[in-house]
Amino acid sequence: MSHETPRRRSTSRRKSVLIRRHSVLTRLTHWVNVLCLCVLLLSGLQIFNAYPRLHWGEYGADADPAVVEIGADEANGKPRGYLKVGGVSLATTGALGLSTVDGVRMRRAFPAWLTLPSYQDLAAGRRWHFFFAWVFVFNGLVYLVHGLWSGHLRRDLLPDRRQLGPRHIWREIVDHARLRFPSGEEARNYNTLQKLSYIVVIAGLLPLMVLTGLTMSPGMDAAFPQLLDIFGGRQSARTIHFISASLIVLFVVIHVAMVVLSGPWNNMRSMITGRYAIRPKELSHE
Amino acid sequence: MSNPLTRRRFLIGGALGAGALAAGGYAALGRGADVDAVLQSAEWVTMDAQRALLWRGSLAREFSEADISPTFRVNGTQAPDSAAYAALHRSGFADWKLKIGGLVDRSLELSLADLRALPSRTQITRHDCVEGWSAIGKWTGVPLGHVLQMAGLKPNARFAVFHCADELERTFDGSGRYYESIDLIDAFHPQTILAYAMNDAALTVGHGAPLRLRVERQLGYKHAKYVMQIDVVDGFENLWGGRGGFWEDRGYQWYAGI
Repeated sequence: MSHETPRRRSTSRRKSVLIRRHSVLTRLTHWVNVLCLCVLLLSGLQIFNAYPRLHWGEYGADADPAVVEIGADEANGKPRGYLKVGGVSLATTGALGLSTVDGVRMRRAFPAWLTLPSYQDLAAGRRWHFFFAWVFVFNGLVYLVHGLWSGHLRRDLLPDRRQLGPRHIWREIVDHARLRFPSGEEARNYNTLQKLSYIVVIAGLLPLMVLTGLTMSPGMDAAFPQLLDIFGGRQSARTIHFISASLIVLFVVIHVAMVVLSGPWNNMRSMITGRYAIRPKELSHE
Repeated sequence: MSNPLTRRRFLIGGALGAGALAAGGYAALGRGADVDAVLQSAEWVTMDAQRALLWRGSLAREFSEADISPTFRVNGTQAPDSAAYAALHRSGFADWKLKIGGLVDRSLELSLADLRALPSRTQITRHDCVEGWSAIGKWTGVPLGHVLQMAGLKPNARFAVFHCADELERTFDGSGRYYESIDLIDAFHPQTILAYAMNDAALTVGHGAPLRLRVERQLGYKHAKYVMQIDVVDGFENLWGGRGGFWEDRGYQWYAGI
């Protein structure tokens, strides 16, 4: 704040305390999860490229209407990449549908730098995807079992009554918008928006990825036909898999932005060593 | 305030974790083939897990007439490109015979009329391509298990290999010829049929005339088209690429339940 002198700042820094924020299991599963989500996303885009259209319902192929389509065609004699969502078509030449690989224009839905492997190889994409899908599921189960058993989920992620009050939530939204992050005692725990978004990802999007992924397996559909009823068919499940992956990407973007904005070194240290520095509340706050 | 012992433990744990990641990264960069072998190991985990969850008789969902796709995409070979196949096609497959041999008590040769006279099964099922699309069609054919029982299996029989008329890749040694294999669990599954009709009409050339395999709990590339011969074997290591199928020899999973 403006009236603070450098000396004062240094005293307040001396007073900051290190707390144990993340257990070793949370940190380990977090970073394994980072690795899994990266590989699953990039290999997933490789798999998507083999058939870059999304449908709704039980079936869907070239002749059937698509909800989302990435492709390339010609406009005024020039090749053009496009993304079609519903009835809207966007020109995406250079990024989606048509991109350049080693100086050569290529028809491919997602560009080489976003797929694993970079060249078109569905078989290899599937090998990466399914191996890391297993790692992801085991890692997630370890986290959930530990989280339930140790009380981490209930203690750290479940918002309490006070945090769920509409006035409290509104206050947090305003504070976030002003990039004013909690300090002092308040910083010891996750804030409500943080808790809610982590719960949506951990209990919503990530399990949804697994279930919609399994619904695409003809073997799993024979074992559990209910999967088809839940998601309205294999092609709907494929579409939801893609939407849910997009939402996870959106979460990661915001998550990383928040890590950077609210003290990148302190946050990174807490997810690596477990120690998190709490700075005393600044005097200028009422 | 921090207990030095726990802090040391954290540091050691972190160093070990970083070391493991670095070693993994080194392996990934330096030894592509080994990494591929590790990645491929997941296929057998998937197969064991699915087989544990799948009761032997669990059926793929069957749909109603109203659910049939208006257009069923023709994929892979559109028409086998050989004089022999063209001649068979011209005569309406009157001279065609399905050969069944290998580890069986009696080798068989069955014409289309012979197959049509056997007990049949009709099922409206979803065909899932490894690429991601699906189409629903109605298939009629003879349960493969019935044909295999007619031939009688030797005790060491483990797989049924399907040799096809189409060549997806032109090669001098014939390794581009389509073939597929399934184990006896899938071969005797009630929905595994040798289909000669689709959507109430004789199978078209695009969809595998005169006969194609339907193995409903696996992906499309297992459903071999233009089946000419079925060999019962105890292993496929010595066949072409040794991995049990045209696409398997090119990196795709042998177990295509996912």
